[in-house]
Amino acid sequence: MTSSEPSSSSRKDPRLFGEELETRLDEVLFASHSHRSATRIAQGLESLNRAQQEKLLHWAAVAAQTYAEIGYQIATLAPRAFTLFDDEAFDAWVLAGLDAFDRHGARAAMDLLRDLEGFHADRGGERPLAEFTEIEARLSRFIQGLSGRPLGLSVGAGAAAWTDTETLYLPLKIGALPQAESNRSLYKVLATMLWAQTRFGTFGSASIDLAAALTPWLETTDQERALNWLAVLESVRLEARIAAELPGLAAEIATLRGPWPTQMEPLLVRLHQHQASLADTLALLPGCMESNEDAPHLPHFVAIDPDAALRVRGERIAHDKETLNRAISALKGSAAAPNLDDPGIAPLAAESAEVAMSFAEDALALPPEARAAAQSLLQDLGEVPPECLVPAGTGHWQETQREGGGEDYTSHREPDHRYDEWDYRRKAYRRGWCHLYECEGRHGLATYVDEVRVRHSGLIRQIRRRFEMLRGENRMLGRQPEGEEIDIDALVDAMSDRSSGAEPSDRLFCRRIRNERSLAAMFMVDMSGSTKGWVNDAEREALVMLCEAIESLGDAYAIYGFSGWTRTRSDIYRIKRFDERYDEAVRARIAGVEAKDYTRMGVAIRHLTQLLLRQPARHRLLITLSDGRPDDFGDEYRGQYGIEDTRRALLEAREQGVRSYCVTIDRHGADYLAHMYGVARYTVLDDVKKLPLKIADIYRRLAS
Amino acid sequence: MSASVTTLAPQLTHIGEEPYYQSIGDEIALFEAAYAQRLPVLLKGPTGCGKTRFVEYMAWRLKRPLVTVACHDDLTTADLVGRYLIVGNETVWVDGPLTAAVRAGAICYLDEIVEARKDTIVVIHPLADSRRVLAVDKRGEMVTAPDTFMMAISYNPGYQSVLKEIKPSTRQRFVALDFDYPEAAIEAVIVAREGGVNADTARRLVKLGELTRNLKGAGLDEGASTRLLVHAAQLIATGVAPLAACTAAVARALSDDQDMTGTLDDLVRAVF
Repeated sequence: MTSSEPSSSSRKDPRLFGEELETRLDEVLFASHSHRSATRIAQGLESLNRAQQEKLLHWAAVAAQTYAEIGYQIATLAPRAFTLFDDEAFDAWVLAGLDAFDRHGARAAMDLLRDLEGFHADRGGERPLAEFTEIEARLSRFIQGLSGRPLGLSVGAGAAAWTDTETLYLPLKIGALPQAESNRSLYKVLATMLWAQTRFGTFGSASIDLAAALTPWLETTDQERALNWLAVLESVRLEARIAAELPGLAAEIATLRGPWPTQMEPLLVRLHQHQASLADTLALLPGCMESNEDAPHLPHFVAIDPDAALRVRGERIAHDKETLNRAISALKGSAAAPNLDDPGIAPLAAESAEVAMSFAEDALALPPEARAAAQSLLQDLGEVPPECLVPAGTGHWQETQREGGGEDYTSHREPDHRYDEWDYRRKAYRRGWCHLYECEGRHGLATYVDEVRVRHSGLIRQIRRRFEMLRGENRMLGRQPEGEEIDIDALVDAMSDRSSGAEPSDRLFCRRIRNERSLAAMFMVDMSGSTKGWVNDAEREALVMLCEAIESLGDAYAIYGFSGWTRTRSDIYRIKRFDERYDEAVRARIAGVEAKDYTRMGVAIRHLTQLLLRQPARHRLLITLSDGRPDDFGDEYRGQYGIEDTRRALLEAREQGVRSYCVTIDRHGADYLAHMYGVARYTVLDDVKKLPLKIADIYRRLAS
Repeated sequence: MSASVTTLAPQLTHIGEEPYYQSIGDEIALFEAAYAQRLPVLLKGPTGCGKTRFVEYMAWRLKRPLVTVACHDDLTTADLVGRYLIVGNETVWVDGPLTAAVRAGAICYLDEIVEARKDTIVVIHPLADSRRVLAVDKRGEMVTAPDTFMMAISYNPGYQSVLKEIKPSTRQRFVALDFDYPEAAIEAVIVAREGGVNADTARRLVKLGELTRNLKGAGLDEGASTRLLVHAAQLIATGVAPLAACTAAVARALSDDQDMTGTLDDLVRAVF
């Protein structure tokens, strides 16, 4: 998050005292809770200089936007914090608190903020630390590049690095090495080793059962020693596997780890064999255990937690198998009876992790989600199990959700609209199922938009320039009676007319005219509860950027928020109608976008599509900003049902000539996105902070 | 005088030498069948996957001249069909590339058709159905295409702009062939052959391509194309260090975003 620094002149401004300070604090902190008094806090702040006071007021306001208690906490602790921290450290302290809130909730944030001395020690400890937050975005893209299968990155408890095969858990900070740069490199190496565990079969394959192999030591006093040995042996094997595919990366790992401990040298040959597998590691493990030695310490040690990993892996394998089964059923036709002996389908080319299948000698075109599932199975099991390659019969895919609607929320007024909803199990619509209420968005702080404009003034200038260039798309209109240039074509015609005796035309000029853009864009903003915190901040900032950009372009656009609580109350909040100007009221409503309830996306898409269709534009564009999968309270919308309904709604929009584009802030969601957005196009942002920076570019790409 | 005019006439390219093309499916047989049945074809696929090379190869294989037009948003009907020019005190008609291709019974390839203005694209409609004629309005002439004339157009479905899509009335006249990046083993052969590098370097380059394609949709619009990999290979073949070559030809070519180029640099270093 960027912040507007107090201007340098404020340093010389007189300090704020008593009542004045109290009023300003009241504005930022207690806009909604009047039961607390700012008097005590204000007294504490009187000792600070004006620049510090302004800084505190700024941060308290920012924090209170996220969660009021944090703003209060920061204001209370500020006097002590300023005695310990310089300006930069103060910013870092607040940001760390907000970050802790986003990651672990209010309790963690409060604990972190209160521990001023601890924070000070961590920062001032002179250790060149690398922190998870600074490497997260770059590293997660790196891992995505390596894996193809989406893997999340997250901070684990303590200093250990481990994975449950879906998420790579890394320490919050690394200070083991003397330079910050090498600590960052260590982050990369740890993440790579964890990725390699998931990629090269550390947790077993179709023929090797890790849990069974570990049984002699599990639940004994030797358990930890055995797991450490397993992890160390695996890191030797995995490094060799990495070296075969990614020699540059393997060299970086080798540099970082230094020479292997001498006690391990006899073990290296077997583990370095071409295509060494977990079986080789497990064959060496008993010998290591019998030596009664502890596993040697490696600088890039990554732990193995078989319980968590095997559980998650098992769930994923089951899910992937079903996906694949279903896709193959669909391909062979649902009438085909399951036939286990069907030799027609055989997996090919398992070696290259490219999944190719043949079906009766023809290339078998699997839908993307099934291809991803097969790919994923190949990584987990080393093969696509034969039982996946026969149709699954007539069973449902996921019958885990409860049947029937949630408790009806009885509203006092009739819904403004009722919309059908797609039930994928019935393969039919539920008629008039969703009740939709449309109302005006809440007004927020009138100054919010101006603050954002000041904070991002450079970027906004840049965006405007780029968009003005788009608008300036000129076209030459030929054969005009007057204009700035001669139209050679017209002149040639005139001359040929004249030489053939016909009367030449006097329309011999071309004139430059501006191309009329005929595009209407509808922005649909997720206001569900899960956006609370930085996602909401990012959404509001993104809206400001968008408005600035599109205003300079002159396209028709509208902004609506959506949220909901069961099918009987889907709410649509008007933020800007197509015919409204980007005025004070609209700006206040942008500031008032807040996190509310749940994400029932289908009905919102249907309603906004209808609004969009009323626009007389040639091209209609529906852009959704959301933070993850559709979800609703208490009924089956969560899960497959919601994904299928959303997909259906986007399909309907397309059939009516509305193009949709979905911007999602969800790194872990990539598995369902391709299916859900199917017909629409989409982009996934790995970092919420990027949304305001990227949104204008996304729009430009769509609309030029 | 007439000599100066012929230089203005569009060049029909006769492809004498077999262009290198590695088939990845049944596209050659389909193209030949379409040619035999006088059907126009539409080549779909991401940038740099070999669409243009395929057309060159087919022109050589079918022994037809080739006319290539790179479409852009200022392309007018006159640019395709032809126009009058003034030479001395007379007007002289000069065929545009499309008319020239029709008269010569050549293969006419309109590259990146979506870039062209919609009103321009309409002139190809009567050529692309059973009529197979081109109306040259300015001369009041209907040019009937000989059996050897063939139309091929290409487009990249990965473009996200709503303003750039082919109208159904256009696309439903064409036999569509799907192109994509070839699978790793074949792509390595292509990179080695085109770039003049050894098999190991080619394999690493293809691995880099695969890694960047994993990032499609997560910050990159497109992963590295086969063409980009060949460029990197060519740099390496002339003696540029692999790291520098990949950074320049792949990482910087794919993105301007500083975070993204950082990640791409990491991927380059992982492979070399």
